[in-house]
This record gives sequence, C-alpha cells and structure tokens, in this order.
Amino acid sequence: MTHTSAKQSLFEVTDHTKRRNAFERRFRRYGQAAIGIGLLMLFTLAYTIVSKGTGAFQQTFVTLNIELLESKLDKKGNRDLEEMKKVSTFGYAPLIATAFENLAAEREIKTKIKAKEMAQIISKSAPSQLRDRVLDNPALIGQTVEFTLLANSWIDGYLKGRVTRENAQNNKNISVQQLDFVDELVALGVVEKRFNIGFITGADASDQRHEDAGIGVAMIGSLSMMIVVLLLSLPIGVAASIYLEEFAPKNWITDVIEVNIANLAAVPSIVFGILGLAIFINTMHFPQSAPLVGGLVLTLMTLPTIIISTRAALKAVPPSIRSAALGLGASQMQSVFHHVLPLAVPGILTGTIIGLAQALGQTAPLLLIGMIGYIATNMPETVTDALLAPNSVMPAQIYEWAKRADPAFYERAWGGIIILLVFLITMNTLAVVLRRRFERRW
Amino acid sequence: MTSTPSKISATQVNVHYGDAHAIKDVNVEIAPNTVTAFIGPSGCGKSTFLRCLNRMNDTIDICRVTGNILFDGEDIYDRKVDPVQLRAKVGMVFQKPNPFPKSIYDNIAYGPRIHGLFKTKADLDTIVENALRRAAIWDEVKDRLDAPGTGLSGGQQQRICIARAIATAPDVLLMDEPCSALDPIATAQVEELIDELRENYSVVIVTHSMQQAARVSQKTAFFHLGNLVEYDDTTKIFTNPRDPRTESYITGRIG
Amino acid sequence: MNSSQHIRSAFDRDLDMIQAKMLKMGGLVEAAILDAAKSFESRDLELAQEVRARDKKIDALEAQINEDVTRIIALRAPAASDLRTLLSILKVAGNLERIGDYAKNMAKRTNVLLQLPLIENSPASLRRLAREVQIMLKDALDAYTQRDAEMGMDIISRDRDIDELYNALFREFLTYMMEDPRNITPCMHLHFIAKNIERMGDHVTSIAEQVVFVVTGELPGEPRDKGDVTSTDLDLSQG
Repeated sequence: MTHTSAKQSLFEVTDHTKRRNAFERRFRRYGQAAIGIGLLMLFTLAYTIVSKGTGAFQQTFVTLNIELLESKLDKKGNRDLEEMKKVSTFGYAPLIATAFENLAAEREIKTKIKAKEMAQIISKSAPSQLRDRVLDNPALIGQTVEFTLLANSWIDGYLKGRVTRENAQNNKNISVQQLDFVDELVALGVVEKRFNIGFITGADASDQRHEDAGIGVAMIGSLSMMIVVLLLSLPIGVAASIYLEEFAPKNWITDVIEVNIANLAAVPSIVFGILGLAIFINTMHFPQSAPLVGGLVLTLMTLPTIIISTRAALKAVPPSIRSAALGLGASQMQSVFHHVLPLAVPGILTGTIIGLAQALGQTAPLLLIGMIGYIATNMPETVTDALLAPNSVMPAQIYEWAKRADPAFYERAWGGIIILLVFLITMNTLAVVLRRRFERRW
Repeated sequence: MTSTPSKISATQVNVHYGDAHAIKDVNVEIAPNTVTAFIGPSGCGKSTFLRCLNRMNDTIDICRVTGNILFDGEDIYDRKVDPVQLRAKVGMVFQKPNPFPKSIYDNIAYGPRIHGLFKTKADLDTIVENALRRAAIWDEVKDRLDAPGTGLSGGQQQRICIARAIATAPDVLLMDEPCSALDPIATAQVEELIDELRENYSVVIVTHSMQQAARVSQKTAFFHLGNLVEYDDTTKIFTNPRDPRTESYITGRIG
Repeated sequence: MNSSQHIRSAFDRDLDMIQAKMLKMGGLVEAAILDAAKSFESRDLELAQEVRARDKKIDALEAQINEDVTRIIALRAPAASDLRTLLSILKVAGNLERIGDYAKNMAKRTNVLLQLPLIENSPASLRRLAREVQIMLKDALDAYTQRDAEMGMDIISRDRDIDELYNALFREFLTYMMEDPRNITPCMHLHFIAKNIERMGDHVTSIAEQVVFVVTGELPGEPRDKGDVTSTDLDLSQG
C-alpha cells in the first residue's frame, strides 16, 4: 500500500498508528471519567437519602406501667361500653401523669419537674391510643398494664440530635429539666429508640403531633391509583397497539393516529391534569381528590408509553412466524393472538411496568384534580372507599412534609423518599425478572 | 394429452406490484403426484407466482393478481373462496425453517386444531404421528414430542415444518427454496423426503439451484423476467431445451 | 470405493439399473461369440442367421445405455467414483457393441465358408480361440461387477495368450495357403475371422482397463504388450 522504497518493519510503530492509539486511550479515559462522575453523584444521592431518611423509621418510645383505675375509667363498674366511651381522652391523661410519678418514685429519679411536666414528654396522641386499647379490651380495667407509647417529637429530636440544650431554652415546647429527666429515663431503659412501624402504616398528622405522622394512607392512595392505571391502560394500550400494528389499513388516517400517539408521549404532564379536571371532575362530576380520578388521568399519561413499547415488541416478532401461521391457514387474528402476542409478552410487560413506575412518581397532573393539597387522616375502610374517598399519593405526601417547618417532618420527607425508591426499584427489578422469565428464543 | 386432470391449472396469470408488472401471462399446469420445479434467475418472479397458488399474496396490499387459477377445477380467486380454507388444502413450506416456539407436538397439531380436523385427543395423536412419519422424522423425535420445536438442527426443523404442513392433509405442497438454509447432508435428506412425498402429494418447489431441480423434479418450468419461458419434462429441459434462453441459463451463460 | 448408499435413493436405483443393462448386454454378447463359433463348427446356417439378427438387440441396448448415461449425468451431476462409473459404462457398452459386431461378421462369413472347401482343424481352432475370448469377457464383466482391479490387470495380461494363439493360426493359414492355391480363398476368410476374434480380445482388454479406471481413477500405465507381431515380424511371413 505504501510506495516508499524502504520496507516498513512490523516491529516499528508508525506515527499514524501512534496518534490513533493515543487518541483512543484519551477517549477511553474521558469515558471512564464520565462514568466516574456519574457514579460519584449516584453515591452522593444514595448516601444523602439513606442517612437523612433512616431516622424516620426510628422513633422514641416510652415504656410505662399504667394503672387503669376503675374509678376513673368505669365509674359504674359494669364495663358498659357506651358508658366507658363517655370518658374522653382527658380522663386518660392523668393516668399517664400518675404513672410517671410512680416511676420516678420507684426508681428514685432525681428531678425537679412535676408529674404534669413529666407527662408532657409523651405524644399528645397517647391518651387517645390508650383509650382505644381500653375500649377494645375492657377486661384490662383495674389492672396495671405495661404500655409502650410514643414520646413527643421534641424528645425524639433530642435523642436524634436535632434538639440540644441550647435551642431547648428557646423552645416553648420543651424545657431543659425535661431533657435531664429524659436522660435518666434513657439510662434506665425506659426511653429508647425503636423501629416505628407507624411510619409505614399510619396516617399523616398535624403540627402538634409530628411523631405520629405516617405515609400509610398515602401508600394506599398510590396503590389504588396504580391498580386503576394497570387495569385500564394495559388492555386499552395493548388492544390499540395490536390494531395499529396488525389490522389498521395503511392510509392517512392511520398515519395521523400514529403521529398523535407519539406526540402524546411528549405532552407536559400538567396538561393531562387540566384535561382530567375538565372532563372527570367538572363534566362527569367524579369526586374530587379521588384515586379513581387520579388513576384515570394517569391512564391517559401511561397509554402512549404502553402503546409505543407494545408496538416495538410486536414489530420484533419475526415475520417468518406470521408467515408460517398464515401458510397453515390461520386467519390474521388467529396468527396474532396465538403466535405474535405470546412472543411479544416480555416487551409488553417491561413497557407496562416502566409506565407504571413513571406514573407512581407523577405529581403535576394530580395537582389540578386535588390529590396534592388534600391530606387524608384515616385509612380507607372498603375498596370503594379506597377508590372514591379523597386521598393523596406518596409523592404528594412527601412534598407536604418537605414544606412544613419542623425538622421532624423534614426527616419524614426523606423517609418517604426512601419508601418511594424502594417501590420503584422493586417494580423495575420485577420488570427485569419477568422479562427474563418469559423471554423465549425463536 | 394428459389423461389425468391437472391439480392446479393457471391461465393467463398476471401479477402487478403497484406499477411493476411482475408476472406476465403465465400458463402452467401442475400435474398430480408430481414434483414440479420453478427455476430462474433472481427476481424472475418464481416465488411471486408460487405465492399466488395459495393466495399468500393477499397479505401484500399493493399486489394485484389477474387471470385464472383453478384448483381441482375451482377458481381460487372466486369471491366465495375463503383463503383460510384454501391454505388447508394447499400447504406451504418456507425458505428459513420457522417452527413455532412451542413443543413439537403443538407445532404439528396447530393446523388440525384451527381447522377442526379431529374429534378426540386420540385422533389428534394419530394425525401428529402420521404427519411426522410421512416427513421421515418420527423416529428422531418420537421420544421428545414435548421438547421445543426450535431445539433441533436445521434439517430437522425443516422436516418438522414439512410435517406441520402435511398435518392438514393438503393435496398440494408449495415449497419456497426449502433447502437454501440447510447444509448438504440436510439438503439431501429433504430432497429424499420430497421424492417420497410424491406418492401422496403434488409438490411445487421453487429453487435457485438448477441442480436441485434436476435431481428432484419430474417437470420443470423456467421463468425469466416474469415470463414462463419453457415448461417441459425435466430430462428434456436439462438435455435438450427448446428455448435459447433456457439453454443459456442451464449452461450458466447468463445470471 | 464407496459402498454405502446415496441419501437420494433414486440415484442408487438409476446406477443399478444402468449397470444391469450393461451386464445384460454382456450376456448377449457372450452368447453371440459362442454361437457364432458354434454355427461355423456345426455348419448351422440357421444359428448364424440368428446371431446376425440378435445383434440388433445388442445395438439397441447400447443406444439405450447411451441415453441413460446422458440423462443421469445431466440430472445428477455425478462426481468422483459415480462419475467414473458412468463414464466407464459408456466405454464398456461401446466395446461390447464392437465385440457384438465382430461376432455378427463371423456369422456372416460362415455362410460363405460353408460353400468353400473345409480347412482341417480350422473350426476347432477358431472355436478354441473364440472360447478363450468369451471366458476373458465373462471374467472382465465379473471383475467390473466386483470392482476387482487386480483381476482386471490379470485379464489385460491374458490378452497376450490370445495374441499368441492368433499368431499360431496366422502361421498355419500361411502354410496352408503356400501348400495349395485352392486354399487361399478359404484361408483368407478364416484369417479375417481369426483377426476379428483377436480384435474382440483387444476390446475385452479395453473393458478390463475400464475396471482398473473405475477402481483406481487411472488407466493402467504401461503400454499394452503387443503380442501380435504379425505386422512387424518379417520372419513370420517367410514361413
């Protein structure tokens, strides 16, 4: 190839080759650097989330022996539920104070605070919990029962390091003496941090009772919504895809439909929210903030994803399979349903799960139908309730918490993010597993 | 001149793909229990014409077929004819072996199932076994009917496809270059099978190998640029063809 | 030599069929040789006629074999041993047809010879010569069927014996002709017959060479030993 008279030895590398090798080495380094930066950011993100969020799963609990005085709780002594219900939480609160007093005396704890102040370290929701327990089991009255109650969020903050003696002095909710008392109790093992299942299962709570806040109700809201999305978008999306791919005549109408579907995938999500508001809530008068409505809106958003991925999966089935089926005398519909669709299942599943995972994290479209601002206080009782009663979704709940001032809520926001991420990772892993399982060679 | 009537009788068949005139005025008779080969250079229209015989061209929108094609005396392009039923009587085997990714049994059983050709499971078992025996592959697969059809060698897969096609008890078997994806031994096995199939079926085979047509067929049709140039006994075509174009092609003087 | 079957069984059937035709032709030719000699020895004109008529069958078989070989080569594109088999069958059929023609000519001359004075011992000598050739032919065809190259080489060397027998007859006829001019005519005819038989032997040798060709792929190398020195040896003609 070269026309030089001197013969080039293979052992001598030409300049041309050297330059090329140097370029490729540099290029590889750039790639590695890019990956390195990506990984660095990923680790930073993960570390931040985990370190800030794990705190939400732990709460401070106080273990107390409370004497359930019959005189206070069941004056008539006949264990009549209706009578007992008349005793409000105010009736139960003093029992807690007494329990603290007894504890302090028993264990010889040196403290300057009185019983009432001692009782303040318990969550304001505690008397209500106590009452619920007693009403569930009236036989407990008259006994001294050990209860594990939530401490209030400032004590919790103290054990987690958010609240210190310095800022306790400016805090009207807590006093330094209470902190000293708590120290003693911690030493005795009465107060400790434990895994808080209430975070996962409970409902959101007000500013007065941060410790009680949980993401459970929002999870049910998300779940109901996802079920609606799955049940609606999967059949509609797959059917539309099959029609477009296999049966639609190749004319301009079909072209218009295809172009529009591709465009839909790029529409800003808030537009779907407006659409949902206009159609479902204003015209069809569905209940506002209902997961059903949220599900309908997100179905519209997920459909393009499912349609596009299903079409890709259908296209990937080799035409030889179709020819074989047609050659045997199968009609086009038989060929699609007996052969093409089963082979396209891995692709369809993957597309569906990815679509669902995206829907799980959406907030903008839900804004306009009211699922963002509304915070439910109770778990839905029935399935209809779950679909129609106003609720919110996990991303919304997280946003709410992040907005609030108290660092306890901030911690919960991170905890919520962890839960959301766990969901998403699980769904994506499921997509990979299902794809591997159903993949067939042809 | 022939005493037995033709199985398929094509008269003045023309095929247009949009504006392109792919098949021009083709007349050909397919005799029963005979192997008829279609040969010719690439793009001459032999595969297109083959696909007219079982109306597979219907699936292509821009394809228009005119002329008469009679199967057992009945016009297959008549309005009353459902292509699905036609394809049970005129089976097809393709170039690349394409067994369904199901079990061998289900592959063979698919045709009978969709055409409702059996009453009991025992009937279906018999149909499957007969098809596999006729395709000379029963002994190799009888112990693994549940294994996937895609787990066999190329030659075996093609014989499974042939068994699948004959399971619907067709009268005619159309084969579109059935050996081009196979190695020489598998090719020889399939050709031997085609020779045996002659007893029960009429076979039409499109092949780009002249040698294969010479080995396998009794009648040969030479296509060139959409025209049927010569159609005669295979021996005659290969020892003393009438048309100079045929002579050029056979002796390798043109593509 | 490939003894297993072709996957395409029709090819085997074709080869078997064509070889059978060749062997049938061989049988007819062997019978023609023997009958021609016999017709002369036993003065049987009818037999001689029959031999001449039967030659048509032999010619017809050769034409058929030619057609069949053409067809098989065109349709099957044979290679290696199959190709050598078909080419050799073509040659063997040709050789057999020539031998058949010589037998026919022999029978033709019988007609004439029976009207001429008898030369002593000539029928017996000719019969012996013809018998040698017929045995050689039979062996050659056996060697072909069994694809036995050694036997083929052996047969090639036996041609020398035929040639020597012919030389002896040549000298004998010369003697008779010199003895009595009235013997010249019959001896000329007899000589032609003897020459024909010697040519038959050469054709049989050619068949044996084809046997070697089919088995080894090469024709036997050394030039055939020309035992027939009558064209070159002057002493012979001096008597």
